Amino acid sequence: MSTTTEVLHQDPHGHGGEHDPHQQHHFTTMEQQFDTSKIGMWLFLATEVLTFGGLFAGFGLMQSKYPMEFIEAHEKLKRWAGATNTVVLLVSSFTAVMAVLMARTNQAKKCAMYLWLTVGCAGIFMCIKAYEYTHDFEEGLYPAKYYSHVGDLIPGSHGYATFFSFYFMMTGLHGLHVLIGMGLMSWLAIRASRGEFSDKYYTPVDLIALFWHLVDLIWIYLFPLYYLIT
Amino acid sequence: MEWLRRLLLPIDQGSEFAKHIDFMYMAIFWLSVVMFLGLMIPMCWFAWRYRFKAGRVTPHQTHNTTMEIVWTVVPLLLCVGLFFWGIIGYMEFAVGPGESMEIQVTAKQWLWQFEFPDGTRAVNELHVPVNKSIHLVMTSEDVLHDFYIPDMRVKRDIVPGRYTEYWFTPTTVGEHVSTCAEYCGKGHSDMKAKVFVDTPEAFAKWMETGGDEWMRHTPEEWGKIQYEQKGCQSCHNVDGTKSKGPTWKGIWGHPVKLNNGTTVVVDEAYLRESMMQPGAKVVEGFENIMPTFQGLLRENEIRGLVAYIKSLQ
Amino acid sequence: MEHTLTSGSVLGDRPRPVKNYLNETTGIKSWLTTVDHKRIGIMYLCAVCTAFLLGGIFALLVRLSLLNPQHTLFGKQWVTAEMYNRFFTLHGAIMVFLFIIPAIPASLANFVLPMMLGAKDVAFPRINLMSFYLWCIGAVMAIGSMVIGAVDTGWTFYTPYSTTTDGAVGLMTMAVFILGFSSIFTGLNFIATVHKLRAPGMGWFDMPLFVWGIYATGVIQILATPVLAITLVLLLIERVFQIGIFDSRIGGDPVLFQHFFWFYSHPAVYIMILPGMAIISEIIPTFSRKTIFGYRAIAYSSVSLALLSFIVWGHHLFVAGESDLANVVFSALTFLVAIPSGVKMFNWLTTMYKGNISFETPMLYAMSFLFLFAIGGLTGIFFSTLAVDIHLTDTYFVVAHFHYVMMGGTVIAFLGGLHYWWPKMTGRMYSEKWGRIATALVFIGFNMTFGSQFIMGGQGMPRRYFNYLDQFQPIHAFSTYGSWVLGSGLFMTAIYLLASLKTGPLAPDNPWGGTTMEWESSSPPVVHNFEEQPVFEHEPYDYRHRTVTHV
Repeated sequence: MSTTTEVLHQDPHGHGGEHDPHQQHHFTTMEQQFDTSKIGMWLFLATEVLTFGGLFAGFGLMQSKYPMEFIEAHEKLKRWAGATNTVVLLVSSFTAVMAVLMARTNQAKKCAMYLWLTVGCAGIFMCIKAYEYTHDFEEGLYPAKYYSHVGDLIPGSHGYATFFSFYFMMTGLHGLHVLIGMGLMSWLAIRASRGEFSDKYYTPVDLIALFWHLVDLIWIYLFPLYYLIT
Repeated sequence: MEWLRRLLLPIDQGSEFAKHIDFMYMAIFWLSVVMFLGLMIPMCWFAWRYRFKAGRVTPHQTHNTTMEIVWTVVPLLLCVGLFFWGIIGYMEFAVGPGESMEIQVTAKQWLWQFEFPDGTRAVNELHVPVNKSIHLVMTSEDVLHDFYIPDMRVKRDIVPGRYTEYWFTPTTVGEHVSTCAEYCGKGHSDMKAKVFVDTPEAFAKWMETGGDEWMRHTPEEWGKIQYEQKGCQSCHNVDGTKSKGPTWKGIWGHPVKLNNGTTVVVDEAYLRESMMQPGAKVVEGFENIMPTFQGLLRENEIRGLVAYIKSLQ
Repeated sequence: MEHTLTSGSVLGDRPRPVKNYLNETTGIKSWLTTVDHKRIGIMYLCAVCTAFLLGGIFALLVRLSLLNPQHTLFGKQWVTAEMYNRFFTLHGAIMVFLFIIPAIPASLANFVLPMMLGAKDVAFPRINLMSFYLWCIGAVMAIGSMVIGAVDTGWTFYTPYSTTTDGAVGLMTMAVFILGFSSIFTGLNFIATVHKLRAPGMGWFDMPLFVWGIYATGVIQILATPVLAITLVLLLIERVFQIGIFDSRIGGDPVLFQHFFWFYSHPAVYIMILPGMAIISEIIPTFSRKTIFGYRAIAYSSVSLALLSFIVWGHHLFVAGESDLANVVFSALTFLVAIPSGVKMFNWLTTMYKGNISFETPMLYAMSFLFLFAIGGLTGIFFSTLAVDIHLTDTYFVVAHFHYVMMGGTVIAFLGGLHYWWPKMTGRMYSEKWGRIATALVFIGFNMTFGSQFIMGGQGMPRRYFNYLDQFQPIHAFSTYGSWVLGSGLFMTAIYLLASLKTGPLAPDNPWGGTTMEWESSSPPVVHNFEEQPVFEHEPYDYRHRTVTHV
């Protein structure tokens, strides 16, 4: 039924064989560990898709409830800001991919550089969003019960407040993920410049770049939904 | 097997499709019994027949494709049959006949308000003529409720902000109970209305006069019945304790302080105004949440309530 | 290869190791900072059993409130409607979110699944520990909400009542939010473990069926729980900021909340039952000493249940204001989801045919499961039949149905699994005599409590009702007496299990003669699970060449 292949370590640190210091003890090879970590990240990204998916669904249903108000409210968003942000995030995805490539090819300095560039792009994204939000608040375009814009075509309708509630919730949740991504990328960049990543171990860079692509992808859906529909 | 049906379901079959639904229920019941015994009898048999014996060798039976297909397909076909049967039954009351008497139902915490085509309104008391198709159009003024008449086998949620509806045709004259079937807070289980299925003559008479039961009670007794049935007890106690509204005990003839600082004496005029325009005078320490009973209380009911309050010294 | 097995009385083939996962390191810090899946499983076990006790106390209070329509004990009224509404809400919320969703995966599966695969731990041990701490945080928040005002919305939090009522709705929903992440990380961990950490030679169809069940559960945990998370966040935001999504007074749609809520909560009930079914798939072949019948069918049915569970949520809204077309579609799909469960029942039964069956406590629980889950599943058919659902929904019939599947199904399976793996986890045998007595009490008490509720519900007794018509009093009283029998059985179980830790005989490696890999370790296992790396060489549940000489 079972045969002995190897005696497992009784003393965890008195290994006979060499293995990478990053390898955790329940894995038999680094490759197994890397593949497993990747699966874990993909599963986590699936949960993110479902979370945002709920908000997208809610938005869609509210749009069919308040079609006129939503169309009117769309116009109040700045298309150029949204478009610029889209380009910025696409560039940041490219720099993230490059960071992974640099890590895998043992170019630590360039890896760190690309990571910092990604952080920079994310920073630009957040600045543009901050500008948009400030401008919206000046016009009274607040979410929920704080909505105080005047000059709507259907005054008294809840549709406008609902639109901006969803706008701020979805871009806010997305922005939170951008901030978290910035933090993680910065941490990675510091580690990269210390030479912690190589072709033997670049898992964190790979995983966080994957996370970053999802953050970008969510924006790719947000942008047309909020900015382009007429 | 009528005794079994009466055990498992409401005894009364008060509407046209109650009989269909009961029949469907009993059919599923017997189908389930057969399936259940079909599982449990073998289980008990195997447990006894194949109980542990030292040295017994068990066969290595990993699968039997034919059997597995059979016991997947046969239940599937039974399910398909039940599905169609269920849809047919559902359509009977999801889509009503053209000619129906429309009654507006408004639910609020924690009472029922019914409005008839001619404007007559009633609280917690629904009268319908027998053998006529009734179309209920329902909404709520606050939270989710549900109008459920067990004897009629009908139930529908009532959603604030929109109208929900269903149709039914009552077939037996008599008194039935309706209950709220969607949790709505403290008074959820007190939110009952009586459903009276009347002969056409009795129905017409009720619409005119609100019935004649009031003549069989003293005014104080009749008032107490209104207190219990019209929703007053949800907010007013008669034992001296404070609830959502002031107690009725000992208030008759005494002064009461209002929230604008003035004082009034509790007399018949004050009580009538409180029922019809509750916001006009609000007692100090209470909120202005009492709904109006304008159009919801008949004259004899108002007089009864006044007499009852007077008697609570 | 001949191998004569004894089970029960003699220590295993090798000497019992002195150090095992329980005593290798000591002190509370070694437990609180552990990443050993076995220790985390034990901590979770204590945690969920405590939650079960709390939820059970509320259940007893609910039943006690309904003993008579006057709500009196010894002549004095002791409970009000407001108190009652809090009792049933807290009973539901604690049982669903603190107990039944995490119970089997996070305690039993955490312990056993890696060992079944021949692995040393789960894929992400630190995330496993984090998942436990998230549970603890959620539990503290949930208990906190009870203290600062409690919740009276029902565990389903329907709007607009939940967006406007007083009480600690915000804190409770955020507790559930945190608990949701605990659940997600558990599922995530198991999926990765099953994919990558199987022993050499073990293919997908060589895994124990318990693993298939937990895997399918993990899929649901990953995909469904985030929707609950965002729904509760929206509920909280609606309550505080009035967005206008669920509250009709400000332009929202209460039925939308129900759709969002049940989109998670229906798959959630499969998170509850699949692990239970997974346990039964282990117990029955072991105690029948015969290979499982229909391995592939059971494996496929687990996965198909996971997938189908996502497309039937509308059956909770048949009278709620859903369109007729949606009602018809969901009715059809609900019938479809019944089939895989039926297939499993037939397979388990056929496993017993020509077996060699002994009736220790785990097997008694497994047979109880077959009985109770059959009733629970069959009564579900009443609800998928659209016309009949109208009369029965929101009555005690549905309360009885879901208790039969959740308690008669999952809790019974949990108890079976607990007894089955107790020797492995603790190194002790529990008292079989007390086990049988307690199982009988639980079985009888359960049927008394909930079987009677089918009758009440069919007669028209609505649920969540504090006051009721006098005609229902005899059945309510009977149900309450049943709850006392049930409670005493469960209480007795806790006592003899805990007592076994001190006074139970030492357990052999494989007391039941099981064929899955966890039985090849010592009882309790060493820290790294196996002293020798197992290699998988035979079909799962292979009882050929095993002749049992005595029980």
